[in-house]
Amino acid sequence: MGRYIIRRLLQAIPLLLIISILIFILLQSSGDPLASMGGKHVTRPEDRERLARIMGLDQPIYIQYIYWLVGNDWVKIDTNKDGIPDTFGSRKGVLRGDFGDSLVDRGKSALELIRERLPNTLILMIPAEIIILLSSLLVGIISALRQYSLTDQVITAGSFIGYSMPIFFIALASMYIFAVNFRKWGLPYLPTVGMFDPKIGKTTEQVLIHMVLPIFSMSVVSISGYSRFVRSQMLEVISQDYIRTAYAKGLSERMVLFGHALKNAAIPFVTLVGIDIPFLLGGAVITETIFGWPGMGRLFIDHLTRFDTPVVMGILMLISLAVVICQLLTDIVYGWLDPRIRYN
Amino acid sequence: MDALLEVKDLKVQFNTLEGVVHAVNGVSFVVEEGKTLGIVGESGCGKSVTVLSVMRLIAEPPGKITSGEILFEGNDLLKLDKTSMQDLRGQKIAMVFQDPMTSLNPVLTIGKQISEALIVHKHMNNKEAFNRTIELLDLVGIPQSKERFNDFPHQFSGGMRQRVMIAMALSCNPSILIADEPTTALDVTIQAQIVELTKNLQTKVGMSVIWITHDLGVVAEIADRVIVMYAGYIVEEADVFNIFENPVHPYTLSLLKSLPRVDSRRYERLEIIPGSPPDCIHMPAGCPFMPRCGYAIERCKVENPRLVNVGEAHMAACWVDVKTGRLD
Amino acid sequence: MEQNLTQTDAPAIPEIEKPPLLLGQLVFLRFKRHKLAVAGVFILILLVFYAVGGTFFKSEDYSLVTDSSIRLTSPSSIHYFGTDAVGRDILARTIYGGQISLLIGLIAMVLEVIVGVLIGAIAGYYGGVLDSILMRFTEAMLNIPQIPLLLVLGKMLSDKIQPIHLFGREFSGSVIVIIAVIGLTSWMGLARVVRANFLSLREQEFVTAARCTGTNNLSIIFEHILPNTMAPIIVSATLSVANAIISEAYVSFLGVGVMPPTATWGNMLNGAYNYIETAPWLWIFPGGLIVLTVLSINFIGDGLRDALDPRALTQAE
Repeated sequence: MGRYIIRRLLQAIPLLLIISILIFILLQSSGDPLASMGGKHVTRPEDRERLARIMGLDQPIYIQYIYWLVGNDWVKIDTNKDGIPDTFGSRKGVLRGDFGDSLVDRGKSALELIRERLPNTLILMIPAEIIILLSSLLVGIISALRQYSLTDQVITAGSFIGYSMPIFFIALASMYIFAVNFRKWGLPYLPTVGMFDPKIGKTTEQVLIHMVLPIFSMSVVSISGYSRFVRSQMLEVISQDYIRTAYAKGLSERMVLFGHALKNAAIPFVTLVGIDIPFLLGGAVITETIFGWPGMGRLFIDHLTRFDTPVVMGILMLISLAVVICQLLTDIVYGWLDPRIRYN
Repeated sequence: MDALLEVKDLKVQFNTLEGVVHAVNGVSFVVEEGKTLGIVGESGCGKSVTVLSVMRLIAEPPGKITSGEILFEGNDLLKLDKTSMQDLRGQKIAMVFQDPMTSLNPVLTIGKQISEALIVHKHMNNKEAFNRTIELLDLVGIPQSKERFNDFPHQFSGGMRQRVMIAMALSCNPSILIADEPTTALDVTIQAQIVELTKNLQTKVGMSVIWITHDLGVVAEIADRVIVMYAGYIVEEADVFNIFENPVHPYTLSLLKSLPRVDSRRYERLEIIPGSPPDCIHMPAGCPFMPRCGYAIERCKVENPRLVNVGEAHMAACWVDVKTGRLD
Repeated sequence: MEQNLTQTDAPAIPEIEKPPLLLGQLVFLRFKRHKLAVAGVFILILLVFYAVGGTFFKSEDYSLVTDSSIRLTSPSSIHYFGTDAVGRDILARTIYGGQISLLIGLIAMVLEVIVGVLIGAIAGYYGGVLDSILMRFTEAMLNIPQIPLLLVLGKMLSDKIQPIHLFGREFSGSVIVIIAVIGLTSWMGLARVVRANFLSLREQEFVTAARCTGTNNLSIIFEHILPNTMAPIIVSATLSVANAIISEAYVSFLGVGVMPPTATWGNMLNGAYNYIETAPWLWIFPGGLIVLTVLSINFIGDGLRDALDPRALTQAE
């Protein structure tokens, strides 16, 4: 088992490299971050040029990538355009933990920005994921056991609708109902924007209230999707011969369900969840944008539109790393759950 | 000998996309203590549905037991409530299924699967269950039982898996063991072993057996009494000797004739039964076997013959006497 | 699938059996059983009529007319769906936006299916090194989260392509970009499924038999194996139309998808949350249309999946 893990980790490295190259090339060749710098002042061409040279933007792409990867503190840059390189660069490169400085928020390193926002995203995502997982299992199992009953049909119809809704529709709709209209009707209402009310401050209570609508929106879509999967897996498992054998032994419905069916149905479910978890980090973009939540998703889109490559690369690489790790974890859990894999 | 199980006029049907399938149409039989009943017939003739109904394992939609009684130890099983039925299953009546590959749970150890019934029905604790399971594994001939307790089904061969199934079924000393084509999925040598094993266990433990098969060779070896089914009806019923020596129903005759024999001449063709199995959705008015019967007469088209006595403890459902070719 | 009974010397048998149903008939019957799926078909047809037939009621130019004096008016008898932030009639925009959204869905699906099937078939059939390379590539693509990738590609390429003229309409070049981007980032799931099916099907005897008669590889792939794996492809294709529509909506909503003035249901939602209190009709109509479309497609896809389930087909009786 240990060897398998090591092998997978080694396989992951070239994968990450390829991904980083692909994305880097895309980003760097697409836009000019300098154009949006300087705010209202019109920057002088010479200044822009100097900035470009300092940031290494005048170099060919593969050089830029190398600098991104291993830094440029081992070469000299020509800052005053006299043809003679004079000062050493200041970047250490990704492999040493330096994702570079933000091209947009000058003075802050990419990692710093990410570190500021990451906890906010996690605060939102982790509870959301837990709620989603538990609810999906519950709903899916109930639906499967009561196949064709009214409960099942209602759940199935409901999940269809939930799963067909783009997340912003639910977000907007829930905002509209629970925030706007509730307020109009004099009912206690939920806040829609940000993580906490600036007037009150970042209290636990505030954060919790502000979490309700975003988590609700995300849950509706995810639970709808997952529960249908759980349901179909359960149905498939229930129709298997070994379930009939279990009943023939005189076990009760509950024993058959939890002792025999669930473990088999869980295996593909675990795989599905494992793949999906890291996408929470990325897919939150929309939720965070709509609800003004200061997390990584917002960071991503804000800096993407302004071509801030280091920050965008940082976020994407982080997510890709998370994906790779999650896949590995999923494989391990899968192997643990299914003895047929384990003994190969 | 006492009748341990008595099935009276059982009728089962299924609702499908294409219509109502009349799977079992008035089947009655008796299983005596310590004896083996063999049920023979083609695929789809209702054998499995019959025994699954005894265990009440028929999924109620789309299936439905429309009438009949199943008397076991004085109770009508069809009237029992869920908990009583659960108590019975695995404990008094146990079942072994056809495909050992799919009938065992792949993610649980075989030891656990065998001990389960013991823990649930006999309220043993883990240690007692473990010991008894080892005894059972030894009984059915699984070597290194202690080590293999924690192995998974996929680590066993087909024959071994079927032995595990048998161990599982016997764990609580049932009065009746129902075996639904347990050797069909295995090759002949293993088949012989399983049949042998069952016979030995039966003598040792003194239980009754219902053995379903479409293989007459197996029937000859193991059954005391035989019923032949076709299209959900019983067409002939007799002691095993009479079935082979004095078959009365044309279908039974055809089945026997289609067996390849060691002493037949080389260039003789194997006899087949012409036609296809019956369509159980559109049941004809007359005898269901008529389209394929070489002895059919006019009456067979319009009236379905009932089971009548044709000898000692020998019943058949046919209008024609196959020996004389005349009306019965 | 008809049975051929070869009778030799046996007596004639009266025909009392019905021939089994043809595959197509069986699938159709099973599909009809799903009332929701059938409802989905009707709703989808209605929506297509809306998007296409609507051109007879409101011209495209009308949908482009901006008039700040009537901006953000609520639904009225002149403007059934109200007007947007620059005074355009929302109803008309949903008609033309619908055309684009549906088109994007369809074409992206075609692209996805082609790429996915090709890669899956080749990897699954030839195996070995080719399989490894293709699967590594697929895995790499899967490891990149789709929405951020869409956003990056969308942002990058959106304004690079010239407007196109088709069917008498002028589209922003970003439409092509979005179609390509969605199509090229969604094929991985299908590729995996097709590959798995090819891996198992190529071991079957009908493939060996085909090889024995000298059939070339290409023929085997497309004429022998592929037809046997149509079910997951059909279901995947159907559902991917819905996914494409949603993906386009996501990307356009965030401002990096289809660029104005070309309307799509997605980009009509861009910025609608600024007016959530004052002008809900800005997002209710385009959003509702998206939901209806996706819903009906999902119903259909689900019905197809059940109807085509190979296990259920073999145990038809």
